[in-house]
Amino acid sequence: MSHVRVRVVAALVLVAFGLALAAPLEAPAQGGPIKIGFLAPLTGPFAQVGKDMVNGTELYLDEIGRQVGGRKIELIVEDTEGQPATALNKSRKLVEQDKVHVLTGGLLANVGYALQPFIDGAQVPATYPVIAADDITQRKPARWIVRTGWTTSQPMHPFAEWVVKNTKYRKIATIGMDYAFGYETVGGFQRVFEEQGGQIVQKIWTPLNTNDFAPFLSQLKRDADAVLALFVGRLALQFMKQYQEAGLHGKMPLLGGGTTTDESVLPQMGDEALGTITALHYSQAIDTPQNQKFAKAFEAKAGKISSYYSEATYTNMRWITEAIKAVGGKAEDRPALLAALRKVDIKDTARGPISIDAHGNPIQNIYVRKVERVGGRLQNTVIATIPAVSQFWKYKPDEYMKQPLYSRDYPPCKAC
Amino acid sequence: MTPVSLRPLLLRAGLAPVGTIVVAGVLVLVAPTLSAYPLTLLTQAAIVAILAMSLDVLLGYTGLPSLGHAAYFGVAAYAVGILATDYQRGFVTCLVAGLLAATLFAAVFGLLAIRASGTYFLMITLALGMVVWGLAFRWVSMTKGDNGIAGVPRPDLPLPWSLSSPLPFFYFALAAALLAWTLLALLVRSPFGLTLMGIRESESRMRALGYNVWLHKYLAFVIAGAFAGFAGVFWAYYNGFVSPVDVQLVTSVETLLMVALGGPGTLAGPALGAAVIVFLKNFVSVYTKRWLLILGAVYIGVILFAPRGVLGAFRRGPR
Repeated sequence: MSHVRVRVVAALVLVAFGLALAAPLEAPAQGGPIKIGFLAPLTGPFAQVGKDMVNGTELYLDEIGRQVGGRKIELIVEDTEGQPATALNKSRKLVEQDKVHVLTGGLLANVGYALQPFIDGAQVPATYPVIAADDITQRKPARWIVRTGWTTSQPMHPFAEWVVKNTKYRKIATIGMDYAFGYETVGGFQRVFEEQGGQIVQKIWTPLNTNDFAPFLSQLKRDADAVLALFVGRLALQFMKQYQEAGLHGKMPLLGGGTTTDESVLPQMGDEALGTITALHYSQAIDTPQNQKFAKAFEAKAGKISSYYSEATYTNMRWITEAIKAVGGKAEDRPALLAALRKVDIKDTARGPISIDAHGNPIQNIYVRKVERVGGRLQNTVIATIPAVSQFWKYKPDEYMKQPLYSRDYPPCKAC
Repeated sequence: MTPVSLRPLLLRAGLAPVGTIVVAGVLVLVAPTLSAYPLTLLTQAAIVAILAMSLDVLLGYTGLPSLGHAAYFGVAAYAVGILATDYQRGFVTCLVAGLLAATLFAAVFGLLAIRASGTYFLMITLALGMVVWGLAFRWVSMTKGDNGIAGVPRPDLPLPWSLSSPLPFFYFALAAALLAWTLLALLVRSPFGLTLMGIRESESRMRALGYNVWLHKYLAFVIAGAFAGFAGVFWAYYNGFVSPVDVQLVTSVETLLMVALGGPGTLAGPALGAAVIVFLKNFVSVYTKRWLLILGAVYIGVILFAPRGVLGAFRRGPR
């Protein structure tokens, strides 16, 4: 008896496997809608952010009735699990099987670097709305990828200058997550801050799986004027809490990279976040009609406030549809579409005016934001707007790219 | 278990070649009719199958459940990634370096791990796997850290077809998988392999019979590591990308699940398990966001109704 049952189950598994194998044999539909492939982590530790990314994308598509240039838009969303190998597989599926006209999405830097050779090899127009790793538009430029988001160090250069000009902080200790995103954030800040007379007196790197910040916080040099922190997601929440518990809140002013107080985590924070000053190319509190309209619509759709991730994908989809309009809806003409993507110039996005530099990265406003409580909830109030910031800031691109990529040890910490 | 109970096992092993050769033959014939995407998935399945089979030598034949098997896979992949990008070395150099690196790591780690057994073996292999992950993540000047090594070119061999297109590379990977399977099948059927099975059944009895149990386990560990490295070499070429994800715990655990799903102690089983998981992951997730739930249900179903794996269920063996 049990043998029969065992065999039935085993046979079912094999049949299911066979069906899965047979499924891709269906021929993909030809002509018709413009297909856009969207990659996001829908499972795993980054699923919440992935959801924001999908919601932002869908919100814009809904607003334009899911069509552009007289053609319907078909959005195909695939789950990357936040893993490079899976993202590669899904990209192959989107490009080779679904024959998408544009590939977009992605969250983590390693996914961005992994997809780059594939995208350039397949010669499919692609955009990165969120992936911010510096070198994708700098030392290892991708021909077929246009960045519609930002570069990690882009907000930090002008932010450092702003700190020198507007505060008395001259000795700053940094604490950040121990990976490329952390290095590029802290590195960008350090370079400009030290060139303008400031000093980084300490650099602490915390492992990505840190569960307790107390041992790191006790190392912080207490004679520093301020602390620069860079955290993402759950770690940002926990860092803020423990910073207060260690009695540092209010004593050592907190500066940070934009994700430390991003709206994806801000609603779960309490008074411990108040007063934190960060810089990013977006804030949910930007006081322009375009942003207010977007923020309201997003909240109505998603049931939560808009984060930089949702704005990034919303504007990204607008960017793509503008480019499709520019080529008269002929999304099949890949070189023309790529050229159009590299030419987009939009004056009124939710994050402000955007143009694009020769390396495929947006030139856009950087906002210095301070966490305040307004109407009972926390927000990133914009206290300064630095217009038209390039990924190279005031440096010459060629000279800038001759220096090494910001890393754990670059720039070196001379005053540590 | 007495030596008598080994006989049906031998019979089972003897049946395997026919099935495997038929499957491989069908794949060779069907492949040209498939489009690029299913081909790349089949390629992935073939490579991961090598990894699963290598782990099976430990888990299925020697009874050593390793939780750090991705380490040797990843070390080889990193060796290829670094040599092929920074030093522009060809396929043969990369293959040899990858195999050497994996074997070396397995030889050193084996000295530490084989001292333990059961849960302790699990823990120690887990810890050693984390050491390799830490290296991959933190030794940035060598491994490029979290960003990974991108742009590993496909091997440039003196063949009439370019390995950068999907079909030739699939045949290439399939040939590698068949080679690995042949070597491993010979291994597990050799007197050495039979001794391993004896150790799995009763270590103390084998010791009493005069076998050097430690040495056998150690050699099995190193051989399994070398074959994992073999898979890693092809993995680096297949993805064109190597990152800490390739050496992390999740990859090790997934490999364990492939072996358990397919049927430990039946080389073809883990290969089948690898294929099933690769396709479940990539196809079910297209249709539903809840694909992890379905994958979980499959695992539970197999464990409840076919505890010896999908392939094990088809074979009437001693139990």
